[in-house]
Amino acid sequence: MSHISPILWQFLIKWLTNFQLYPPEASTIAPQSDALYFFMVLVSMIGLTIVILLITSFSILYRRERNPVATQIEGSTLLEATWTIIPLGLFLIMFVWGSLLYFRIYTPPANAMNIYVVGKQWMWKAEHPGGQHEINSLHIPTGRPVQLTIISQDVFHSFSIPAFRVKREAIPGRYTTVWFEATTVGTYHLFCTQYCGTNHSAMIGDIVVQTPDDFKKWLAESTSGMSLAQNGERLFASLSCNACHNGRPDSRGPSLANVYGSKLALAGGGTATADEAYLRESILNPSQHVTQGYAPIMPTYQGQVSEDGVISLVEYIKNLNSNYRVEQTLNTTDLLPEGEGGAAKAPAAAAAPATKAPGGGGMVKP
Amino acid sequence: MSDTLLLLPDQATARIPKVNYLTKENGILSWLLTGDHKRIAMLYLVSITFFFFIGGAMAGLIRLELLTPQADLMATDTYNKVFTMHGVIMIFLFLVPSVPATLGNFLIPIMLGAKDLALPKINLLSWYLYVAGGCLVLYTMMSGGVDTGWTFTTPLSTHYLNTNVLSTGIAVFIAGFSSIFTGLNFIVTIHKMRAPGMTWFRMPLFVWSHYAASILMVLGTPVLAIAIVLVALERTIGIGVFDPTKGGDPLLFQHLFWFYSHPAVYIMILPGMGVISEVISTFSRKRVFGYTAVAFSSVAIAVFGFFVWEHHMFIMGVSNYSTLVFSLLTMLVAVPSAIKIFNWTFTLYKGSITFETPMLYAFGFMGLFTIGGLTGVFLGTTGTDIHLTETYFIVAHFHFVMVGGMLMAFLSGIHFWWPKMTGRMYPEKISQLAALITFIGFNLTFFPQFILGTLGMPRRYAAYPPEFQILNVFSTAGASVLGVGYLLPILYLVWSLKYGAIAGNNPWQATGLEWQIQSPPLTENFVETPIMDHEAYDYEWLEKQTAKEVSSVG
Repeated sequence: MSHISPILWQFLIKWLTNFQLYPPEASTIAPQSDALYFFMVLVSMIGLTIVILLITSFSILYRRERNPVATQIEGSTLLEATWTIIPLGLFLIMFVWGSLLYFRIYTPPANAMNIYVVGKQWMWKAEHPGGQHEINSLHIPTGRPVQLTIISQDVFHSFSIPAFRVKREAIPGRYTTVWFEATTVGTYHLFCTQYCGTNHSAMIGDIVVQTPDDFKKWLAESTSGMSLAQNGERLFASLSCNACHNGRPDSRGPSLANVYGSKLALAGGGTATADEAYLRESILNPSQHVTQGYAPIMPTYQGQVSEDGVISLVEYIKNLNSNYRVEQTLNTTDLLPEGEGGAAKAPAAAAAPATKAPGGGGMVKP
Repeated sequence: MSDTLLLLPDQATARIPKVNYLTKENGILSWLLTGDHKRIAMLYLVSITFFFFIGGAMAGLIRLELLTPQADLMATDTYNKVFTMHGVIMIFLFLVPSVPATLGNFLIPIMLGAKDLALPKINLLSWYLYVAGGCLVLYTMMSGGVDTGWTFTTPLSTHYLNTNVLSTGIAVFIAGFSSIFTGLNFIVTIHKMRAPGMTWFRMPLFVWSHYAASILMVLGTPVLAIAIVLVALERTIGIGVFDPTKGGDPLLFQHLFWFYSHPAVYIMILPGMGVISEVISTFSRKRVFGYTAVAFSSVAIAVFGFFVWEHHMFIMGVSNYSTLVFSLLTMLVAVPSAIKIFNWTFTLYKGSITFETPMLYAFGFMGLFTIGGLTGVFLGTTGTDIHLTETYFIVAHFHFVMVGGMLMAFLSGIHFWWPKMTGRMYPEKISQLAALITFIGFNLTFFPQFILGTLGMPRRYAAYPPEFQILNVFSTAGASVLGVGYLLPILYLVWSLKYGAIAGNNPWQATGLEWQIQSPPLTENFVETPIMDHEAYDYEWLEKQTAKEVSSVG
């Protein structure tokens, strides 16, 4: 075999020793997705074999030398019904099975911990509620459902983790969500799979799956000193949101305490549920989202707050319980090492405004 | 002679008929101002072949770049422009017009027993529009290119790129009208120009599938035109239809674009299915098994094809419940394709089969289209679509259907009707070899891409993680084999124009009306209007006909 180019030879050896037909299964959904995938591979192979066998045997049996005169046949309703109904039945099985899987992948469980992801040309920025930011990587623990709330700051991107068998488009102007629960510690590919311009193929990163303990350690080491909600609180003040939304009975804007998740009556009639998307929209496009009993006087903040900033504001409003004070109810707090959860973070947050530029991260610089 | 169907006249005495559509008039103007559907078909054949080789060269560049994991052959921007051009040229300038504008144009009037299409001047206009669109694409390419991808995704195409998006958009817009006019012409012709006795269910299945494709062209293409105009307006004067900061919806573009572009894949494949029906029947000397089922399955594909577009958007944050509807409809549209495959297979049953080149390509079509169709089900199933979409799996699926399916059908048809179009036979042995090379090269190129996609390699990547390299090396190796497979036909077909054996009227002993007239045909096709007194694929009628001729000559 020495006459084969050594480079090619090396490749072949490498490939044969690392031959893979599917990526590692590192999430709870991956084996379920693969089960359906291999069911379909099986059905396809059987179908293809039937077609090839029929073509080959007819070609041999009825070739001109053996069968000089063809027998004219109109058709056969019975046969045709057979090959209509059997494929239809199989396709319907795949449809039901696939839809169940789809709903599972795109319906996050209520106890999932939420991480925000912003896509921009050409990087992924992940924001943990505790204020940890990462670029082109995402740290997550095993054994805990994680929900991603994804948005794009510019063009379409797509957040794809092949090892988890999940993928979700990052769309400008709207939140999309996906969830997963990692099972195996390791580092996996993160790809942008929606073509997004020049460096599309460089918009890749690592999904780092850690044990819960390692993840706690990582959270503690990577903290920026300010949670998302705390950053939102400062933005709320520096954008003067609290001039109107101050919770007083005579205020010009509705109180935002406990607004998240509630049903709102709108000025134009109709109701809306105040979810993340609604909160985001009413900051950027307020005239379309006026609560009943209030005048449409709020200006738009389009162009003044970045998507990161909006995320902080949304997190802040989500955590507003009463009296406009952020309580330490962030859903990663309980993952922090003992003692650092509530007490240790408060002084850090208090110190932060002094050291950072006023206004906080997330404002668009003029 | 028992192992072949070929029935050629005595080559020592045979002559190409002196008067035919090729020799009737001479000079370049007689071609450029012609209203003859056969000449327009030849004009189309030359122009789409030209663009096919440009698009093919782009494909070669893509495969060369992907030989190594790094983006080292060209800059990523160049790579993006190359794959965009490959897509735009192959889809809008090759696949959409391929079979309908060449074979369809040439054959539909003859198959119906008519002198020409209903609107000959519109037919010529549609070729000029095609050329205008093609020239604009060439201009785009030479003046710096465009890197939107053939899907023109907003807001990338409207706000973030400073390449020639406008000229490409206008080119596609114009080429779209060419396609609308062709479709319109076919519909009118099929409704109004059928010869006496040519009822709907006596039409060859080639005509049925073109009818279905024409409906898609006429109803679908305007939506693409609208989408492109909106992109152009948003790009130039900044109206906010798709821009979320102005209250627009970027998903709206996806809906509009795929409302055309999903039916467009049926525009591309249906005429190819028509070719396969004719070829399989001729080379097994047997009527198509279940004619009505095959005819109606074309129509069913056209109807269902309009209501499945959202399966391109399953991961884009559309309502979970709406995916149920679109996934279900996608499963339903897969069924008629399965019906066709089995009906063709059973056409072979108790036939008298020979294996000339068109038949080999048709066998290739059946195998590869089956794989392409079945992998489409993987993508129509919502749960697995999440993992497989936007990866090389989709690239492989699409190329199995379009290259393995449509291009095989196109080559099958070109070889099958070449004697009718030119009066001369192509060389059989070398073309059988070319069919084999194409089949092997194709599988080597695109099968590894299914595995790449399952492993998660995203499409449209100029650089990729090194563990994907070996499969990409296979794919690039296959592409070079495939390139040989496509170069061979153009060489020997041109050769055959002068040196090919004289074909005579009906070298394949086929039943279609087009085989009962001289090759190449007269400009007005028929000396006297034919009367259709038998069904399509009636080989007993043909036998009686041949017997009569022999006795009357003797």
